[in-house]
Amino acid sequence: MNGFFAVYYREMMILRCRFLKMIASMAVSPFLYLIAFGYAMGKSVTIHGHTYMEFLIPGLVAMSSMNRAFVIGSEINISRFYWHIFEEFQAAPISNISYVLGETLGGITRAFLSVGIIIGLGLLFGVMIDYWNIMFWVAVFLNSFVFSSLAVGMAMMVRSHADQAMFTNFVITPMAFLGGTFFPVSRLPVWAQKIILLLPLTHASNAIRAASFGNPVDMFSYVILLGTGLVFFLIAVKVVSMARD
Amino acid sequence: MIRIEKLNKVYGHSHVLKDVSLHVREGEMFAYLGPNGAGKTTTIRILTGLTRLSSGDAWLNGFHVERETLAAKRQCGVVFQAINLDSELTVFENLTIHGLLFHMPLKERKQRINELVDYVGLSDKLNVAVSRLSGGLKRRLTIIRALMHSPRILFLDEPTVGLDASIRRRIWALMKKIQKNGTTIFLTTHYIEEAEFLAERVAFIDEGRVVAVDSPQALISRQGEWAIDLMMNDNIRSRYFRTKEEAKQYAEQQEDSFSFRRVNLEDAFLSLTGKKVK
Ligand SMILES: Nc1ncnc2c1ncn2[C@@H]1O[C@H](COP(=O)(O)OP(=O)(O)OP(=O)(O)O)[C@@H](O)[C@H]1O
Ligand SMILES: [Mg+2]
Repeated sequence: MNGFFAVYYREMMILRCRFLKMIASMAVSPFLYLIAFGYAMGKSVTIHGHTYMEFLIPGLVAMSSMNRAFVIGSEINISRFYWHIFEEFQAAPISNISYVLGETLGGITRAFLSVGIIIGLGLLFGVMIDYWNIMFWVAVFLNSFVFSSLAVGMAMMVRSHADQAMFTNFVITPMAFLGGTFFPVSRLPVWAQKIILLLPLTHASNAIRAASFGNPVDMFSYVILLGTGLVFFLIAVKVVSMARD
Repeated sequence: MIRIEKLNKVYGHSHVLKDVSLHVREGEMFAYLGPNGAGKTTTIRILTGLTRLSSGDAWLNGFHVERETLAAKRQCGVVFQAINLDSELTVFENLTIHGLLFHMPLKERKQRINELVDYVGLSDKLNVAVSRLSGGLKRRLTIIRALMHSPRILFLDEPTVGLDASIRRRIWALMKKIQKNGTTIFLTTHYIEEAEFLAERVAFIDEGRVVAVDSPQALISRQGEWAIDLMMNDNIRSRYFRTKEEAKQYAEQQEDSFSFRRVNLEDAFLSLTGKKVK
């Protein structure tokens, strides 16, 4: 099991090499969303007694932590198909679970970094919500766990990086917009709400938002996230063997 | 040390390894020689746990590569055909990751890193990013990385491809040094002179089949000692002779132009498979 540390250590060293670049690139899109939707368009909008900016930031936290956790999949693909680093892991006496755990934690760490950046940007725009609420962080953790595990599993199954990019395009990006990030799901027709509640991100944004407004959280969302994350994680452990030809 | 019995690998419709059986002895330098696509890399990948075997068995130091994978992996280090280093990270970091993957404690890791960079003259590059090293240094780094956990067996897949002649010689010297320290070396190559210079025994592999295993000298003398290459139209035909006298006699009767030389491993390969290695 302790082989996971080698995998995680490598991810952290790479993160350190690219730290400033990564921080900058993590800040760009949330910053633009905050300006365009939060500041310019959302001035006169209030939702359930909160300014649109206050509504938007938890949504961005959910979206960013999902995106950044999922990017670990691309990192794995690049090091697998382009640098052949994955062979080093395959030839090492480490179990599949160690490998998946190390990479998943790598994804989660990136997700937390991106959340830190959004909180910083929010403060810049003068928004302070309840970041001290532990349930806020639990939801962030579970959300990044779900998407990091998913990304690692996908990376083991795909035959090229293009496959993973396709999944991002057709699944991750639509979810980022529909999963309760930019508007309350309750504004959609009931049938659409039912579909959207099947998306893990919807539960994450609801939970993160409720916690950051100091509202009571819905434990059901946490259970869904934890369950989905565990299933994705176990699948990822199973499919590491698929990368063996 | 390395035992392979009737190993087969099938990818879809292509039968890549056909009943390969080999026995590499402890401390031996063993070369696996064959043309492109012969199945050299596939064999190494199976032995090191990267590729599944289709049938047959293989053991490293007594551990079965499929049934005792983790233990088998601990026996060996691998230098892959393509240089697979983290180029953004430093020499030290690349070696550290490998040490961690093999569960080496901190103190041992540091000591071993210092020892190894000294061994190949990389000490002053310890904190340099790998992307800034030359091709020869990168190759040396992949070799010492594979040695980090002091494996009993070292696999090298075409370790000198793409390197110039003088660097190739340095790598050869390094391999001899490693062998002298008691490590069993299994290397693949399609350079005849590499196998001839380094290996105690050579296996010829062609289209997934091992066609001969012996010492370079024995393989060569199966052909004879001397060769005459006859230039006929746009073709070269070689004839082999036991003694210099026989060869001379034959040469005197020829009208075409010819050249006279010693038999080498290439001749042995050619006559066993009907093709050149390269
Ligand atoms: N993943 C794969 N799927 C299908 N065929 C494969 C796969 N990997 C290798 N092969 C085939 O197996 C054969 C042997 O390949 P291998 O890489 O072992 O040859 P090699 O002796 O190492 O050649 P080279 O000198 O070019 O490195 C080739 O015909 C190759 O096309
Ligand atoms: Mg090869």
